[in-house]
Amino acid sequence: MTYIAKPRVHHPSLPKNALGLTRRDYEGSMSTLCAGCGHDSVTAAIIEAFWRLEIPPHRVAKLSGIGCSAKTPTYFLGGAHGFNAVHGRMPAIASGAAAANRELTYIGVSGDGDSLSIGLGQLCHAIRRNVDMLYVLENNGVYGLTKGQFSASAEIGSKTKRGEANRQAPIDPVLLAISLGATFVARSFSGDKAQLVPLLEAGIAHKGFALIDVISPCVTFNDHEGSTRSYQATRERDVEIVSADFVPPAEEITSSYTMGDVAHVTMHDGSMLRFRRVADGYDPTDRDAAWAYIQARQAAGEVPTGLLFVDTSVPDMHDLLETVEAPLNVLPFEELCPGAAVLDSIQARWV
Amino acid sequence: MTRPTQDRTNRFAFKIATVNGTGSASANTLLRQAIFRMGIPVSGKNLFPSNIQGLPTWYEIRVNADGHVARTPRFDLMVAMNPASYARDIAEVVSGGWVLYDSTRPLDRSLLRDDVTFLGIPFAALCAEKFAGVRERILMKNIMYVGALTALLGVELDVVRALLSETYGRKQALLDSNYTAIDVGYEHARAHLACPLPIRLERMDALADHILVDGNTAAALGCLFAGATVAAWYPITPSTSMIEAFSSFAAKYRKDPASGKRRVAILQAEDELAAAGMVLGATWNGARAFTATSGPGISLMSEFIGLAYYAEIPGVFFDVQRVGPSTGMPTRTQQGDLLSIVYASHGDTKHIALVPADPHECFTHAVAAFDLAERFQTPVFVVSDLDIGMNDWVVPRLRWDDTYRPDRGKVLDAAALERVEKFSRYLDSDGDGIPYRTLPGQSAKGAFFTRGSGHDRFGRYTEDPPAYADVMERLARKIENAAAHVPASEHIPAAAPATVGLIAIGSSRRAVIEAQARLAELGIHADFLRPCGFPFAPDVAGFIAAHDITFVVDQNRDAQLHHLLIMEAGAPREKLHSITHFGGYPLPADAVVDGVLAAVQAAAPVEPRRRIVEVHS
Ligand SMILES: Cc1ncc(C[n+]2csc(CCOP(=O)(O)OP(=O)(O)O)c2C)c(N)n1
Ligand code: SF4
Repeated sequence: MTYIAKPRVHHPSLPKNALGLTRRDYEGSMSTLCAGCGHDSVTAAIIEAFWRLEIPPHRVAKLSGIGCSAKTPTYFLGGAHGFNAVHGRMPAIASGAAAANRELTYIGVSGDGDSLSIGLGQLCHAIRRNVDMLYVLENNGVYGLTKGQFSASAEIGSKTKRGEANRQAPIDPVLLAISLGATFVARSFSGDKAQLVPLLEAGIAHKGFALIDVISPCVTFNDHEGSTRSYQATRERDVEIVSADFVPPAEEITSSYTMGDVAHVTMHDGSMLRFRRVADGYDPTDRDAAWAYIQARQAAGEVPTGLLFVDTSVPDMHDLLETVEAPLNVLPFEELCPGAAVLDSIQARWV
Repeated sequence: MTRPTQDRTNRFAFKIATVNGTGSASANTLLRQAIFRMGIPVSGKNLFPSNIQGLPTWYEIRVNADGHVARTPRFDLMVAMNPASYARDIAEVVSGGWVLYDSTRPLDRSLLRDDVTFLGIPFAALCAEKFAGVRERILMKNIMYVGALTALLGVELDVVRALLSETYGRKQALLDSNYTAIDVGYEHARAHLACPLPIRLERMDALADHILVDGNTAAALGCLFAGATVAAWYPITPSTSMIEAFSSFAAKYRKDPASGKRRVAILQAEDELAAAGMVLGATWNGARAFTATSGPGISLMSEFIGLAYYAEIPGVFFDVQRVGPSTGMPTRTQQGDLLSIVYASHGDTKHIALVPADPHECFTHAVAAFDLAERFQTPVFVVSDLDIGMNDWVVPRLRWDDTYRPDRGKVLDAAALERVEKFSRYLDSDGDGIPYRTLPGQSAKGAFFTRGSGHDRFGRYTEDPPAYADVMERLARKIENAAAHVPASEHIPAAAPATVGLIAIGSSRRAVIEAQARLAELGIHADFLRPCGFPFAPDVAGFIAAHDITFVVDQNRDAQLHHLLIMEAGAPREKLHSITHFGGYPLPADAVVDGVLAAVQAAAPVEPRRRIVEVHS
């Protein structure tokens, strides 16, 4: 792999957001993934979401572990600091970074190997801490970067390129997250930008840990017949349960009542999540019902997508830690060091 | 051995054998604190089992007017309160010593020794007489032996009573029970035993401006004063109490007066891997962050440590060493992590490590560690151990200079970035091996990708051999340069010109100083050098060069310091002689004296000037 800088030529006709930035300003360097890799489509959706949200790139921290998926932060938001952690341990870096500066926007990109095998513990605990971040799990059912071994999300019966079938039960990140008390859980498909972009926007706006499981086919190792994570298989089984629409604060809708089959959730920053129930009676704010519904649909062979669960009432990591409003990394030393007189008074107990 | 003839005032050691979980810890603390208040150099070593309740536990107290209070394995008095360990406890007393025991039930005849004096006090019976509840009887039995020892050893009763009233304050009932227990033990001893014993205490004035504190508390205080705002950890003996201390200091001194909220984030991670990652995430983002762990945690953190070294992310790692390998002996002490720390993680790595000798240095080294980590943009280790971390030590009072400001290292903020044409993360523009870093959130111009994969001096991904080697060579230089910045070595010269050297680190200090004095009495003069950090300061190689033979004292089996000196200080192997002690108890001076004598006699079988007649503590 080499580093390829993208020429940053600005076409005058490119649309600009309120910051005067075009989509190109939200791009990174050129992707070095395989042509057709689902991860590149996710990258494009992330670029779109940040551009639409009008977040200055340098106010974003983008983090990842190791894997093909983990390479992708290089390909978006060139103006943001990035951090390639070690395999499966991005949530720890994100937790520490978020602890130090609560004002940045954090996006983590991971793979199903990164998140569900080596990093499963870290994912679970980041959910428990409710770290304020968007966590994008680019799920292709295999370890791409190490050339196609099954990952823990591979379904029973799914076949490798060489034809061996997986016999172990998968770990489903969506059901896992919902049962762990995650506060924002969605699923989408890399090939469905129209669905993915508003979900990403909503996940970024969510105060707390937002998990989006994105089925993102690996064209090189898991896009063949017999794979359950191929483009073909996903398109056939993808069933949208809830269609979400993200409404930024500027276009705030005052009513939060259900209008017809459209419900509204107000996010912490005042933005609005407008979701339309596609499935009868589905309520993404009812944890038990959501879990049961998704479980039943998956047993029937469907891949339910959309905004699957949301709860904006849960305190995030900083609320739980009761930290001050100002980012810890800018507190003046005078506010941190108690000084010589206090040191003497503490030692009065030790004589 | 015969009964000692010399004056034993303020020169003896005793040991208290009790049962874990019965509340003896506070009784022992009280006793040691009272001796400290009498101005007598004292140490207390808690030898506790890895168990919550029911197993034998010991507390050793040594007093020594000359300040030689390293652990000694010879006890003049055993306070035998645990029948389960009677046999081994009684066997440990030196000939001519004493055993204080609970005579409510007679001692088994097989336990008796005719070369020690048995002092019986019916503690259980007296407690049953004075106290009603079962729990109170158990607790007060401990306080009662403190009362008896107060009489037997000549502790000032007023000092003990004052300490109790400071501890229990307005809890009058509790205070009264404690007073009663002390008095009963004291009076009974006075009435029935020859008080005080020849091993006795007498007020001194040796400890003006000293404090009694454990290393973990002092290290936590160092982190507080250094301005650490993020702590990430996973519980492990013997480091847990450091985070507990940090939390309680932070609860008090890091509260925003207006909002009541905290100027600190203390993250109890799911494991040490996560704790290390959290530290790096926080420091990458510009906070001062640390973790505290022990050997098993360091093993788990290794992958992140390598990332931090290579991607040049600061971080402070406290390793309160315990006995390894593996789970080892979790409540025993060792210096067994030295090599695994300085070379932690795969590939070519080398880390800055500071090795405090006592709680005072835990405080100062903690502060230094944050400065070094940010100055050199790398993980810095503070290598303490269980003996320092969990035992209370008498050390000089901690000082703070209010003009101190943290060294945040070479960080370019948004304004500084405006002035540079192009920012390149790993460029050695100053020729000191240290590049400039930027913090997230400041400006797009400073954005870069932090990665543990191959990168060139501009921070770009690379698989190109020269570009990779270029960065690796600079990293080596950077860490080498840190040798001049680690805390200065301590030199304790011999009283007379010496051709023999002694090198030891950390908690070995007191035992080596004592050994140095005892060797001098035998006509062997040795200079003592204690390196305080790694990479070794230049004086370390100089010291070895200046002596014919240097004894290197290690509290581990494999002579890790010895090997490190050969590898990293260029020490000629033939000029070093290794002395190791690694069973889990703190180093005694005997181990050093014996090691030196054995080598000296093997080399030149001449009689040392004087034989060791009596080596009582
Ligand atoms: C500690 C460690 N073990 C193993 C590896 C090798 N490794 C690199 S990426 C990877 C799997 C990545 O799979 P996934 O997270 O699903 O991402 P994808 O490549 O499919 O996007 C593995 C096992 C590693 N980098 N580190
Ligand atoms: S191997 Fe698979 S996951 Fe990796 S870049 Fe190629 S298509 Fe994408």
